[in-house]
Amino acid sequence: MARTVIPFGPQHPVLPEPLHLTLTVEDEIVKEAIPKLGYVHRGLEKLAEIRDHTQMIQIVERVCGICSTLHAMCYCQGIEALMNVEVPPRAKFLRVIWAEMHRMHSHLLWLGLFADAFGFESLFMQFWRIRERIMDLQEATSGNRVIVSVNCVGGVKRDIDAEMEKWILDTMKIVEREVLQLKSTIMDDFTVKRRTVGIGVLSKEKAYEMGAAGPTLRASGIAQDMRQTGYAAYSELNFEPVVETDGDCYARTVCRFNEVFQAIDLIREAFAKLPQSELAVKAKGLPNGEVVSRVEQPRGECLYYLKGTGSKYLDRVRIRTPTFANIPPLLEMLPGCDLADVPVLILTIDPCISCTER
Amino acid sequence: MFMTKNVLKNLMTKYATRLYPFKKRETFKDVKGELKIEMEKCILCGVCKMRCPSQSIAVDKQAKSWGVDPFSCVYCGICVDACPVKCLYQEGLYRTPLAEKDQVLHFQEAKSEEPAPAP
Repeated sequence: MARTVIPFGPQHPVLPEPLHLTLTVEDEIVKEAIPKLGYVHRGLEKLAEIRDHTQMIQIVERVCGICSTLHAMCYCQGIEALMNVEVPPRAKFLRVIWAEMHRMHSHLLWLGLFADAFGFESLFMQFWRIRERIMDLQEATSGNRVIVSVNCVGGVKRDIDAEMEKWILDTMKIVEREVLQLKSTIMDDFTVKRRTVGIGVLSKEKAYEMGAAGPTLRASGIAQDMRQTGYAAYSELNFEPVVETDGDCYARTVCRFNEVFQAIDLIREAFAKLPQSELAVKAKGLPNGEVVSRVEQPRGECLYYLKGTGSKYLDRVRIRTPTFANIPPLLEMLPGCDLADVPVLILTIDPCISCTER
Repeated sequence: MFMTKNVLKNLMTKYATRLYPFKKRETFKDVKGELKIEMEKCILCGVCKMRCPSQSIAVDKQAKSWGVDPFSCVYCGICVDACPVKCLYQEGLYRTPLAEKDQVLHFQEAKSEEPAPAP
């Protein structure tokens, strides 16, 4: 049969955000995929010219709703490096706790969306019901459900008291139990396996060459996690990157599923080691110089380049988000797959288009 | 038959969702909700206006007014932390629907005149 060109997106039932792919198919097998981005560009980097460096925290939090606290954390770490501010130890641990809660809710959201992508509606609802417990924790500890606005230059704005700590640890037990109950459904189910095992294989070499990030990279067998660099309090916590070797859709699912448990362990460890100190130090002076700040977001490595010229306003803010890095590997995976597997494949990189386009 | 256990369990357990209009969830303490002001305390210094990242606050010293655009406010709470006299606060609930997209203005004079005609 002759080649047919099928436009995929920007409006597609499986995509919550607009991503367009021009798919060239032959006998329902994808031969070529060309992406088109730019539907939700908001010019947030440009706003650095008219908002001062402290107001920018609230702006970078809105680059992506799902990993808002990690964006703010990355930005604050950059500004702190420029202004030579030493963050108090308690603030470092609290940042880790909120970051890991964010990772958990992001992965549970993704696991639900992924189940929905291959038509498993009830599993989608089960995952999102568990996620709601974490959203409640975030609302109670920070004041907001999604945009956890706790980071400030020099530390954090809010504290977690002993009563709240007990509630969080109790909830972690419940979440752990409930996620484990769903393990056999997502890992061993015949239908789920037929839609994921052996589909969209990204080899170790290709993943490295294409610059994949986060679970997309780790599922291909490369143990690379930005948390290993030891920012915030990660240098004092014990953890190993979750690695899978197959590089297919199933491996990426398992990788994210296991990272939920890793996040639970990290929260427990962080609470066990939580030191007593002040929450924030006052930052003096103005940012001057250049810095690159990196954190591990639920989707992968996020990079901030900041340039200050000694004035209130930053000269340049450049944000490179994990989805931006994961689009080339996606285009590598698509040729050769079935047209019906395209939505599942796109979801396995956990695309966040508003992140990518900022 | 393998579903029997689940079916029985689901019959015995409570609802997964809240019966909403009859049973409402209580808001958590210190939730960042709608921005409110105690106008009699306000000194109209304008610090909140300067700090606001979404530029949704307007302070007019001549008219002695303080206004917030509830549609552009992002509930970050920066103004509440920055206020030198602590006259701003956030309620636990999110804003109520409004008929018109306009600023919610508060006047200092109107407040002080209010008690006069009461007796």
